[in-house]
Amino acid sequence: MSLTGDASNYLNPTQKIATILGVAGLAILVLSLFNDFSSNALWLTISLVAIGGGIVLFAKGSYQGKLAGIKNHGVWFKSVSSRGFWAWIAGLSLTGFYVVLYFYEGLLGANEAGNTGLVGLFDPLSRFLSGNPASQWFVYGTLYTVAIFAFGIKFIWKYRHNKYEQLRTISVMFFQTAFAFIIPELMARLNTNDFSLPYNDLKNMWPLNYYAFDQWRVDQFINAQTIGIVFLIFSVLSIFVISPILTYKYGKRWYCSWVCGCGGLAETAGDSFRHLSDKRMSAWKFERWMIHSVLVFSVVTTVAVITTYLGYDPNKYWFTKNVFLLSVGAFLTLLFAGIVYFKRKELNKSAIKGALGAYIITIGFLVFISFFNLNEIKINAAYFSFGLNPNEYSVDASLRSFYGFGIGSIFSGVIGTGFYPLLGNRVWCRMGCPMAGILGIQQRLFSKFRITTNGGQCISCGNCSTYCEMGIDVRSYAQKGENIVRASCVGCGICSAVCPRGVLKLENGPLEGRIDGNEVLLGNDVDLMSLVNQK
Amino acid sequence: MIIGNGISGVTTARHIRKLSDKKITIISGETDHFFSRTALMYIYMGHMKYEHTKPYEDYFWKKNRIELKRAFVESINHQQKELRLSGGEIMTYDKLVLAVGSKSNKFGWPGQDLKGVQGLYSFQDLEQLEKNAPNNKVCKRAVIVGGGLIGIELAEMLHARNIPVTFLVREKSFWNGVLPIGESEMLNRHISNNHIDLRLGMNLKEILSDDQGRARAVIIQETGEELACDLVGLTTGVSPNIDFLKDSGIELGRGIKVNPFLETNIKDIYAIGDCAEQHEGINGRRPIEAVWYTGRMMGEALAQTICSNRTPYNPGHWFNSAKFFDIEYQTYGWVFAQPRENETHFHWKHQDDTKCITICTETSSGKFLGINTFGIRMRHEVFDRWLTEARSTDYVVAHLKEANFDPEFFKKVESSILAAYQGQTVNA
Repeated sequence: MSLTGDASNYLNPTQKIATILGVAGLAILVLSLFNDFSSNALWLTISLVAIGGGIVLFAKGSYQGKLAGIKNHGVWFKSVSSRGFWAWIAGLSLTGFYVVLYFYEGLLGANEAGNTGLVGLFDPLSRFLSGNPASQWFVYGTLYTVAIFAFGIKFIWKYRHNKYEQLRTISVMFFQTAFAFIIPELMARLNTNDFSLPYNDLKNMWPLNYYAFDQWRVDQFINAQTIGIVFLIFSVLSIFVISPILTYKYGKRWYCSWVCGCGGLAETAGDSFRHLSDKRMSAWKFERWMIHSVLVFSVVTTVAVITTYLGYDPNKYWFTKNVFLLSVGAFLTLLFAGIVYFKRKELNKSAIKGALGAYIITIGFLVFISFFNLNEIKINAAYFSFGLNPNEYSVDASLRSFYGFGIGSIFSGVIGTGFYPLLGNRVWCRMGCPMAGILGIQQRLFSKFRITTNGGQCISCGNCSTYCEMGIDVRSYAQKGENIVRASCVGCGICSAVCPRGVLKLENGPLEGRIDGNEVLLGNDVDLMSLVNQK
Repeated sequence: MIIGNGISGVTTARHIRKLSDKKITIISGETDHFFSRTALMYIYMGHMKYEHTKPYEDYFWKKNRIELKRAFVESINHQQKELRLSGGEIMTYDKLVLAVGSKSNKFGWPGQDLKGVQGLYSFQDLEQLEKNAPNNKVCKRAVIVGGGLIGIELAEMLHARNIPVTFLVREKSFWNGVLPIGESEMLNRHISNNHIDLRLGMNLKEILSDDQGRARAVIIQETGEELACDLVGLTTGVSPNIDFLKDSGIELGRGIKVNPFLETNIKDIYAIGDCAEQHEGINGRRPIEAVWYTGRMMGEALAQTICSNRTPYNPGHWFNSAKFFDIEYQTYGWVFAQPRENETHFHWKHQDDTKCITICTETSSGKFLGINTFGIRMRHEVFDRWLTEARSTDYVVAHLKEANFDPEFFKKVESSILAAYQGQTVNA
C-alpha cells in the first residue's frame, strides 16, 4: 500500500520491480471483480505471493546494503508520505475499498447462493481452512493478514538494529496470523448442526469488540456448553482481570502495539505514515473529548443491548435487568469516587470535570434504561434518513446499529485505516478506540510504565514528536526533563529509536517519581537546581 | 531585551517570564521563531520540516507575553541604552542580553568567498545548501573541509541525498583532538563504511573558480591533487559572532568577555551562550563553550540574576552528546584525547566495531573521572551521581548495568566490559 505507485525518482531499480510486482498482484484482485478465472486457487496464490513478495522485495531495495540505523531520508519529500498526490490516490482507494466492503459487498461478488468475483477468488482458501465458502470478511481478513505479515517483515528489516521493535513486530504478526485468522477459521470446522461457536478472536476484547456481549453471541457461547462457557468467562476475565494486571505491569503497549490487530496494521502497513499525526495542543484537546465520548457511548450501548435480553423475574434467574443495572452503576460509582479521591493530586481540573460529565451521562442513561423497555420504544428511521428508510427500529437496535455503523465501520475502517496516508496511522487508536480509552486511563493512573527522559541530554530537535504516531509532543516533556506518562502512548518505542542523543527509554519502574518535571535540568549548578526545582 | 532567539536567549526569556512580569523582547534576524539549530540537518535530509524543529507552537510567545522582533542589530549605544536595527529603527532597553551565537570560521583560503562555498550554522546556511546541493545532478561531488561535529553532520546530510563526498580532515584521525585514538579510529572506519571518501591528514590549499565565480575544484595542500566539486563545505569550527560589537565599548576577546555572573564590563549588558567568553574557564572548562546544553544552563542562571537573585554560572559535571552517522556518542565527566598527568584510560571496543567506551581514571587514587560511550546509551542521572560521590572506576565498571539506558531487550555488553577491565587490571 505504501509502495503502490510512488513513481518519484527516489525509487531504485529493485524498488521499481517490487512496485510493479505488488501492483500486478493487486491488479489480479481487481480483474477478478469483472472476470471469473478458470482456476481461482492458482490465481489467488499468484496474487497473494505477488503482493507479499512485492512488499518484501521493496524492503530489500530500501534497506539492503545500507548500514543499520535511522534512515528517514526524504520522508517529507516523497509524495506518498507527505500528503502529496500519491497519498491522496492511496487514501481515496483505501476509503473506497472500505465503503464497498462494509456497504456494497455484492460488488465484490459475495453471494450466499455461490460467490463470484473477488470473494469467489478466495473460496478455495476459505474451504481449505474452514471448509466453508468465503465471505467478504474472509477476503478482508486474508488481505489484512498478508499486509501485516509482509509489511511486518519490512518493518523488522528497517529496525534491524533494534531488538524491541523486532520482538514487538513478531508479536503482532503472530497474534494476527494465529489468533485473528487461522485459529478462528479452523475452529469453524468444529461446528456441526447442533454445535456452533461464534467466530472468536480471543485477543479481541470488549469494548474494541463491541458485539462481544450481543445476545446471539452469548446464546451461542452458552449453547456450546463447556468450551463456550470457558470462552465467555475468558472474555469477561480479560477485561476485568488480565488486562488491568498487564497494563499495570507494562502499560497499554502490551495490547496496543504487541497484540492488537488494529495496532498491528498501523505499526506495519501504516508505519510509513506515522509522522502525519497532528501534534498541536488543539489536537490533543480534541482527542480527549473524542475518545472518551466514544468510550461512554460504547459502555451505554453495550449495557442497553445486554438489558434487552435479561429477564425481569428474579424467581426465574437471579441475574435480572435491574440487578445488572445496579451492579454496573455501583461499579462505575466506586471507580469514579476512588479515582477522584485517591488521584486528586495528580489530576487537573479539566480531567475531573470531564470525568464527572462522563459519569453523570452514563448514570443518567442507566436510570433511563431501568425505567423503560428499550426494545418496546420504536424510532422511525425516516426522521434520520431524509425519508429514505421508512422502517421503525427499537431504541436498543438503533443504538447498536448506529454504534456499529458510526464507530465500527466509518470511524475504525473508513477513516481509521482509509485515511492512513492523510491523517497518520493511528487516528482510530488515538481518537476513537474505546479499548484504548480504558487502557489509557489505566496507564495514566495505575501503571508502572513511563518513558524516562535522560537528564539534561535533550537538544529539542523534534524527531521524537515528529515520529510519534499518537501525536504526543514528546519533545515538550523531554526538553524539561520530565518523564512522559500519557494516556494515549501505545509504547511503540519509535521516539526512543529516532532520538539522536539517547534521551528516551521505555521502562516499567516504581510508581514513586514516575512523573518528574524540572525547571532547571540536570547538569547545572546543584544549588540552582535545588533552589528552583523545590516544589 | 534579548538579542538572539537560540536556545540561550529563549531559555533566558522563558525563565524571566516564570520569575517576573518584566517586558521581554527577543530580536532575531535569522527566523521569526525559535527553532532547534541542531535539527537543521534533519530538514535537509527530509526527516523533518522546518515547522517540526520549533520546540514551541507559535501561540506560545503571545501567551507568555514574549515579544518577537525580526531584525538584525547593527550597533549598540550603551550610554543611551539604545539599539540600532538594520532598517534604521532605534529600540531602547533596560537590560540587554547578548545571545548572538557563532559564525563559521574561515582561514583566508584563496577562493573561500566563491559561490558554492559555505559553512553550516544558520537557517540561511541551510537555504544556501538547498540551492548549492539540491541533488547529485546539480552537485556531482562535495568537498568538506574540517573534521569536527559539523563536518561529519554535513557529510551525513549530503550522503542522504546520494551526493559523493570527499572529507578533508587536518588531523591524522577524525576529531582526535577531542577523542581518544581507539574511538577516533573506529569512527574513521564508520565514515568510510558510509562511502565517504575520507582523507586524513589533508589540508585545503585553495578553491578554484570557474568563469562565473563558482567553485569548480579544490587543491589539496599535501598532494597538490585537484578535486573537481560543486560544493565546498567549510566546517573548520565556529567563533563568536561579535563583529557588530567592535566599537560598542563592550570588552571583547575572541568572544564577549564576561564574569562568572555573565555580566560584561558594561552595566546591564550580559552575554550568554556561544558568544560569551569567560575570563577564566570555570572548573577546568573552556572559556568559550559553544554547546547546546551550556547555552541553556547559562540562560537558566542569568534569568535569576536579571530577576534580582544574582547567580553565577556554575555548571555541574560536564556532559555532552552527538551522533556520528549511526553511532551515538555520550560523555560524562572528563575524558581527554590523551591521558593527562596522573590519568589512565581504559578502552573497550565491541567486536562489531560500532560500540566502544573509554573510562578515565585518576591513576593514584583510582577515582573515576569520566567516560565516553559510543553506541551504548547511559543514564545521565546515574553518572552525575557517581561523579558527585567520587566513586572509583572499579565501582563504576562493576555497577555499569545500573547506568545502562539502551532500549529494552538490547544485548547487554556490561559483563564483557567487566571481564575486559578485570583482565586488564590483572595484567597491569
